[in-house]
Amino acid sequence: MTLALTFPLVSELVEWKPFLFKGTPFEVNKVVVLMWIAAALVFLAFWAAGRQSKKSLVPAGVQNVVEAGVEFVRTDVILQTIGPEGLGFMPFLVTVFFFVFACNIFEVIPFVQMPVTARMAIPAFLAIVVWVIFNFVGIKNQGFGGYFKSMLIPPGVPKALLPLVALIEFVSTIFVRPFSLAVRLFANMLAGHLLLVSFAVLSAALFSSTYIGAIVPAGFLVALIGFELLVSVLQAFIFTILTAVYIGGAMHPEH
Amino acid sequence: MFEVLAAQNPGELAKGLSTIGAGIVYGGAAIGPGIGIGIVVGNAITAMARQPEAAGMVRTTMFLGIAFTEALALFGFVLVFLLKGS
Repeated sequence: MTLALTFPLVSELVEWKPFLFKGTPFEVNKVVVLMWIAAALVFLAFWAAGRQSKKSLVPAGVQNVVEAGVEFVRTDVILQTIGPEGLGFMPFLVTVFFFVFACNIFEVIPFVQMPVTARMAIPAFLAIVVWVIFNFVGIKNQGFGGYFKSMLIPPGVPKALLPLVALIEFVSTIFVRPFSLAVRLFANMLAGHLLLVSFAVLSAALFSSTYIGAIVPAGFLVALIGFELLVSVLQAFIFTILTAVYIGGAMHPEH
Repeated sequence: MFEVLAAQNPGELAKGLSTIGAGIVYGGAAIGPGIGIGIVVGNAITAMARQPEAAGMVRTTMFLGIAFTEALALFGFVLVFLLKGS
């Protein structure tokens, strides 16, 4: 009886072999296909809900889900962070929420089990989009000089500290914000994926050597899948709410 | 002792040391955010218990605070893979 086991390398767990357009920058692998499926799912859900709402006033089926999501983003995200004047960003924020959630939820769907957001490309791209939007909103609402003035000079800072504070504020707004936004989503989903893989490997190894010993890690695995469901929703929510906070901060200067 | 080990198998020592380094990096990066998230959530629970009618606002702000605090731990988590990869 052997109790030794080898964990697979991280690169084996997240890097999939391309099967289309090999050797070009447009290689297609499992993660890319899942990304397309996520985008198509979000599109189809909204399209079906929109069609249904034209047919009858009573919401049914997928329309309920979509309306609950829209209502949630409206009341819990936009009205709490930006205020009523941010409602123009509702289509963007709802799309971000549903797309990130669809990408995350692939982590726990059986036989798929690969979160699309566990590769850096999608979170990085979304973070760049958010970065462009909040800077654009800031420059549009406060003017170029006014936006940078309110970003660099927080109210109530002593004169002597101003150069240091301005530098810190500049780096944190321009560089750290998009970086942390992308890394937060990416690292959370990668960590969840690795956690599930660790317990699955442990269960398989214990099952093949002792049978009965696999009960404990398998039970943990089931509990962790429930936890990862929660994390998928939470990370989509946090990504959306931080986007809203950044847009709101660019819209109204601090006093 | 390290010279002897390094002479016997040069790749193994570097690999082992980088693994130890990665472990120390993540352990160190998790201390501060762990304490910080504890403070954030603890105070949020106090606030919600004192004023249940403000629970919605407190919860939103709590998640924001967690997200900002947690980012530091996640930088450490990413750094582990950068260290292990190089």
